[in-house]
Amino acid sequence: MRAIGIILAGGNNHRMKELSQKRAISAMPIAGSYRSIDFALSNMSNSHVQRVAVFTQYNARSLNEHLSSSKWWDFGRKQGGLFVFTPTVTHENSTWYRGTADAIYQNLNFLKNSHEPYVVIASGDCVYKLDYNKVLEYHIAKKADVTIVCKEMEESENVERYGIFKMDEEGRIEEFEEKPINAKSNTISCGIYVIRRRQLIELIEKCAEENQHDFVKDVLIRYKDHKRIYGYKMKEYWRNIATVEDYYKTNMDFLKPEVRDYFFRQYPDIYSKVDDLPPAKHNVGANISNSLISSGSIINGTVENSIIFKKVFVGNNCVIRNSIILNDVYIGDNTHIENCIVESRDTIRANSYHHGEDSIKIVIEKNERYVI
Amino acid sequence: MTFFVFEKLGTVRGEGMIKKEMIAMLLAGGQGSRLGVLTAKVAKPAVAFGGKYRIIDFPLSNCINSGVDTVGVLTQYQPLRLNTHIGIGIPWDLDRNVGGVTVLPPYEKSANSEWYTGTANAIFQNLDYMDNYNPEYVLILSGDHIYKMDYEVMLDYHKSRGASVTIAAMPVPYEEAKRFGILIADENGKINDFEEKPENPRSNLASMGIYIFNWKLLKEALIAMAEQPALDFGKHVIPYCHEKGEPLYAYEFNGYWKDVGTLYSYWEANMELIDLVPEFNLYEEYWKIYTRSDSLPPQYIASGSKVEKCIIGEGTQIMGSVFNSVIGCGVTIGEGSIVKDSIIMNEVVIGANCEVYKGIIAENVVIGNHVKLGIGDEAENETDPHIYNTGLVTVGEKSVIPDNVTVGKNSVISGIMSASDFDNAFLASGKTMIKAGDDL
Repeated sequence: MRAIGIILAGGNNHRMKELSQKRAISAMPIAGSYRSIDFALSNMSNSHVQRVAVFTQYNARSLNEHLSSSKWWDFGRKQGGLFVFTPTVTHENSTWYRGTADAIYQNLNFLKNSHEPYVVIASGDCVYKLDYNKVLEYHIAKKADVTIVCKEMEESENVERYGIFKMDEEGRIEEFEEKPINAKSNTISCGIYVIRRRQLIELIEKCAEENQHDFVKDVLIRYKDHKRIYGYKMKEYWRNIATVEDYYKTNMDFLKPEVRDYFFRQYPDIYSKVDDLPPAKHNVGANISNSLISSGSIINGTVENSIIFKKVFVGNNCVIRNSIILNDVYIGDNTHIENCIVESRDTIRANSYHHGEDSIKIVIEKNERYVI
Repeated sequence: MTFFVFEKLGTVRGEGMIKKEMIAMLLAGGQGSRLGVLTAKVAKPAVAFGGKYRIIDFPLSNCINSGVDTVGVLTQYQPLRLNTHIGIGIPWDLDRNVGGVTVLPPYEKSANSEWYTGTANAIFQNLDYMDNYNPEYVLILSGDHIYKMDYEVMLDYHKSRGASVTIAAMPVPYEEAKRFGILIADENGKINDFEEKPENPRSNLASMGIYIFNWKLLKEALIAMAEQPALDFGKHVIPYCHEKGEPLYAYEFNGYWKDVGTLYSYWEANMELIDLVPEFNLYEEYWKIYTRSDSLPPQYIASGSKVEKCIIGEGTQIMGSVFNSVIGCGVTIGEGSIVKDSIIMNEVVIGANCEVYKGIIAENVVIGNHVKLGIGDEAENETDPHIYNTGLVTVGEKSVIPDNVTVGKNSVISGIMSASDFDNAFLASGKTMIKAGDDL
């Protein structure tokens, strides 16, 4: 392959509320058996990008556990492999990653020691399928310095938390604003970049010299008139999961037949860590409709329009509706859960009632679980 | 600083280094002809079980859970599926620098090349493999039983009794004892005598076909009896050790153990998994069963479907109704279809408005719309009454059944069928329909 990969998975933000207390956003569970970062990793693997670095910083325990073996994404190869870079104290440096550019700078040797001519940079908090080779071909055809994958969002969508840009008819980016208050277009950056490796090293080194740390603000926006920065329009499904609402919606999208078919049935596949869990068990009294059920779960009650992650126990006479139950949750008998996200490893007592009235309610009950 | 100290500088590097206390030899070469079309193209240990597993996963998982990390798997009959399943043993953590899992097929020798002619003959032909590991004990296992057993506990028993051979045995009802090899042991477990399938059993301790041998004795016995045709453990090697006066002990096992050698026992063992709290529980954290499994999406249960008392694998989509069944991975069951008391293996597609009663549908079968399986009287199977005799309808792997067909009980279908293969879209109970190329 002509490129190496970088996945930026350090981020965290308050818009995920309690859900990101436990984990980096890249480790958020998606669609029953995946983690958010699986999509970027699988895209890398399916695009034959064999040398991939993941930069993590915030609360990386859950993510590191997930990345403990590279074999799930077929990275455990002699040529290439999966590298996880967390900030370390060295002779020259004793800071955390102060931004995306700084994260790359602190691991510049990874870039310098590679010999592939290009770099694909992606983030770990997006749900999509993309052949990065197509972006690379576009990048080469346009003789671009940087190519940014972008997507036209629907008019109704609130785009103020994205990078917004305007392109000319050639595809070259004319205007680029990060998180504008009044967006001038609805073309957003998907946070996926293709750039020549030497170019990236040069830009990042310059950036560090000037004591600047952000890849978007201090590299892309700063150099937009000096470098040839192009946009590659992506038409397929793409979702970013930076807020609770987005997270909920993205998961619920998987109940739509077309989304399920696109991700679950069409080539290429999305890979994830394989747990050795038994098949899901449906006991007498189970009544499930329009739901995803993951392995290791045992269902005794009613589940409607919901996503049940791995190793969930649903007790007798329970009603789970329009909800997301994360991994390893125990739900006692006669419990009603509606419009909720239940945090992983939670234990919900029997006869509880949880209902997200106006918005999605995040349920975290730290009850003791008695294992017999 | 010196990190490595070579204690025996005078020896060849590696000499005397490899030493395993106990290695396992897993017999997985048998056809398992009593499973009919299910084993037409795969060895019995590779037949799917319990939604996502294969039968061999149980002894392999037992090995690694018991700390036995060197396993030779003896294959002979239709080994392709078995080989791809085992690979280098990654799912069971049996990919080791020293030891791990090794597939051992019969091979050509400079003289006397032959197939594996019996259980002990297969082990005899692999003396070199065992010699490599210089073990104290050799554990002989069979690849067609469903159970969880700690072989380390059995080994402790073997050592504490000072036994030369220990045979795992379980008590069975006296009326069933005549189907097994029976061990007659004293109160300490010392075996005085044994009987193969006795009419009037003197004991109810049935041999489970699991043996621990002292390696020296096993090697000596195998070499001494090398000329015996169809050399078998139960018939030849154990009696030889007994006659020599070696101490033989019975290790009583009281957990769940099931020989899934017949279609009915295979079906029954699957059905036992779906009880509220099954006797054989796959959901316990302790003693996990491992298997090779792809990274698959969760299962999807559509609106208007009904699923009760089932276990269902990953990636399966259910639009119809499923009761009392074991469903594998990647299966599709269409709208309006009813599946009851059945085993549906991986990647099967069942169309819309079908009915399946007491069916065993092997992997990659495609069933059209409005197909009814398992309808009608319980007529005896005409070709193989000793295999298909319990009211089940069996469909061999990669078969295709066209729309609107009705099939009776005790019947078998294997091969790609079209509407013209059926008279009035009907196959009566007890009929066999196997297309050429699918010889049994």
